[in-house]
Amino acid sequence: MLLIRCPYCEEERPELEFRNAGEAHIARSADMAATSDDDFEKFFFIRSNPKGIIYERWRHMHGCARFFNAVRDTVSDRFLMTYKAGEPKPAKLPGASK
Amino acid sequence: MKKYSVFAIAREAMRGHKGWEEQWSSPEPKKEYDVIIVGAGGHGLATAYYLATVHGITNVAVLEKGWLGGGNTGRNTTIIRSNYLYDESAGIYDHALKLWDGLSQELNYNVMYSPRGVMMLAHNVHDIQVLKRHVHANRLNGIDNEWLTPEAAKEFCPPLNISRDARYPVMGATLQRRGGTARHDAVAWGYARGASARGVHIIQNCEVTGVKRAPNGAVMGVETTRGFIGAKKVGVVAAGHSSVLMNMAGVRMPLESYPLQALVSEPVKPVFPCVVMSNTVHAYISQSDKGELVIGAGTDQYVSYSQTGGLHILQHTLDAICEMFPMFTRMKMLRSWGGIVDVTPDRSPILAKTPVPGLYVNCGWGTGGFKATPGSGHVFAHTIARDDPHPINAPFTIERFRTGRLIDEAAAAAVAH
Repeated sequence: MLLIRCPYCEEERPELEFRNAGEAHIARSADMAATSDDDFEKFFFIRSNPKGIIYERWRHMHGCARFFNAVRDTVSDRFLMTYKAGEPKPAKLPGASK
Repeated sequence: MKKYSVFAIAREAMRGHKGWEEQWSSPEPKKEYDVIIVGAGGHGLATAYYLATVHGITNVAVLEKGWLGGGNTGRNTTIIRSNYLYDESAGIYDHALKLWDGLSQELNYNVMYSPRGVMMLAHNVHDIQVLKRHVHANRLNGIDNEWLTPEAAKEFCPPLNISRDARYPVMGATLQRRGGTARHDAVAWGYARGASARGVHIIQNCEVTGVKRAPNGAVMGVETTRGFIGAKKVGVVAAGHSSVLMNMAGVRMPLESYPLQALVSEPVKPVFPCVVMSNTVHAYISQSDKGELVIGAGTDQYVSYSQTGGLHILQHTLDAICEMFPMFTRMKMLRSWGGIVDVTPDRSPILAKTPVPGLYVNCGWGTGGFKATPGSGHVFAHTIARDDPHPINAPFTIERFRTGRLIDEAAAAAVAH
């Protein structure tokens, strides 16, 4: 089981309190009706699915219930950091190997 | 290839078993092949086998980064069934089921296909409606599936707890009698032996690190840990790593890779006659011929390549198993493991040509690819050999996620996701 640090509660809590919400930093178009089929496919279906560093959303379902973002290595499942929703994608990662 | 038979066993018994030959050879890779298959799991080896036997293409290499059948082929719970809702799924899964019947004879290799029946349980009114809909849809597609009352389900599978006060009461079940299990390793070994005997090169410990493309975009070959190997046609059959490989060719995929876990108990005498699945409580169980209970759990919720998963996922499954089969409450579990499954948004596979000329992909089987192994290999070989999909896999394109023509088994929930 993963231990995840909620950046709002500022506590590390067991995975059971959280719900994964998929890849982070995928912006929804402000004008969905005008979105082309190609762009909609990219937004809705295509995922980077990296073997290595992933930026993903989590929700602290059974805690503060808020969404936040995390950076995790998908090979070791180790979390590098978590940060609040709306904050930019971190330019520099702590202890990143690749 | 020496044929296996009762006479071969007798002959070898007489001379101290010194005459058994290797089941497949391990040649050095050539500089170029007509076709390269990336991934020596069941699907990849079946593809190579049918390229050789059906299409006469034998200048083929199957590249494997680890050992043959060491990925999801050796990690699944070996369940075989074809009771999917949609016509396209029924077509491909029943194509496979028909090939399972007779596969041991075709390969001269005992894959231990055992049509012992697959039962799916209904625990609430919604389950009853969904499963009955499946029964009707299956019958319209010529696939056997029948509805059982709780009593009839208990008669078919005596360990089942049909008490009304069970935590997950059994309100009925479907039964596909042609469904069952097979020996997963033997499927990979049998296809490998058959392909190797026809000249296919199976190259293990050879990881693909890049896909080389010509200036016009077409595939030229693959970079590997054992050097460059050329081919004008490359088929990617790499399960959880499919999107990693497709990225090497510049194709982004509608895939996410998740850990899926399974576990086995200590071996016991035959106690469990069929396969029982419960989608609602995420548990499925059968007994292997060795006597172990084989239990499948759900996926973890996050993308991972770790080939492990959370213990709470297994515990959740065992809670359900013990509730439905009280006789197993004191059973000891021996081992658990995880495999990485590549899941598409509609939970149906992709077997198709790609935007890159000469590059083909067979992926997205998600949590349930083993059952499709023979059919998948058969139609994928056709797709590669003819550069055109077989009518059975024609709907399973990558483009369906742009056009919206999904094969939405995710919503149909025929499988425990």
